Amino acid sequence: MTGKGRRSHGADGRDLSLRGSETEHAEAQVARFRATPDGVTARFAAPQARIVRDLVTQIAVLVSGDEPPSEPGDLAAELGLSESTALPDDPVLARLLPDGYAGDPEAAGEFRRYTEQGLRDGKVAAARTVLDTLPARGGRVRLTEADAQAWLRALNDVRLALGVRLGVTDDFDEPGSEIDPSDPRSAYVWVYHWLAYLQESLVDALS
Amino acid sequence: MSVSVAPAEVERPETGERAVPDMPWVTIVWNDPVNLMKYVTYVFQAVFGYPRPKAEKLMLDVHHKGKAVVSAGAREAMERDAEILHGYGLWATVSHDS
Repeated sequence: MTGKGRRSHGADGRDLSLRGSETEHAEAQVARFRATPDGVTARFAAPQARIVRDLVTQIAVLVSGDEPPSEPGDLAAELGLSESTALPDDPVLARLLPDGYAGDPEAAGEFRRYTEQGLRDGKVAAARTVLDTLPARGGRVRLTEADAQAWLRALNDVRLALGVRLGVTDDFDEPGSEIDPSDPRSAYVWVYHWLAYLQESLVDALS
Repeated sequence: MSVSVAPAEVERPETGERAVPDMPWVTIVWNDPVNLMKYVTYVFQAVFGYPRPKAEKLMLDVHHKGKAVVSAGAREAMERDAEILHGYGLWATVSHDS
């Protein structure tokens, strides 16, 4: 686990400002959530909204991926049963859809058969809530309690996925420190940090 | 089945380091380097209704010891707990406490 959402990035978040082609918005505060009498709110600059929407969409596409659409009358699908019983090969999917038993493939397979489709559906639904509440051009976001719960889970899924892709394997790693600046993944290092900051601000707003 | 991860309002056996002897199934949460400590504490409060100090202690156990038993009871209830925790992105497994 990491306490990084709070630790190494300024409370005003300015060290996480958008860079490169997004410099027109470099003055903008990075988005964070606050508890207000109106509910939990945040203001997103357009590029920030675009990044979050893009990433949650990628998660939704990934987790809903190779499942064939269910036929009407497909009882197993209606009951939320899935055919798959094995841990996914893709390391990101394996992290998002983990085994429910350690060292017991048979029990893990049975658990997966009963829970995996529901887990996938829940992740897609959380992503959809983010897309429904975050305007594509940015702006103010106001969340109900239920929306905020979905946001928490969707942001966490994105961070888990980025963590796998960035090779974050240790609590004490500085994420991305071993990634060469010429590596396309390096652009996502600051996104990973920013999303930690954003997610933690949402936890604080709900606490 | 949709993963509606509203906090479960079920009465739960008192847990922590020990399991209830006659219901020897447990849910274990494993450490991972991505989940935020505050988030994990929040999830333990939201899912189990644990008071904050207990949720924080369990979170710190996960962080320092690599894993912690977060609930104990009947097997089906532990599988439900693991399923809900997976919905939150925590790495949880069910185990027979032996």
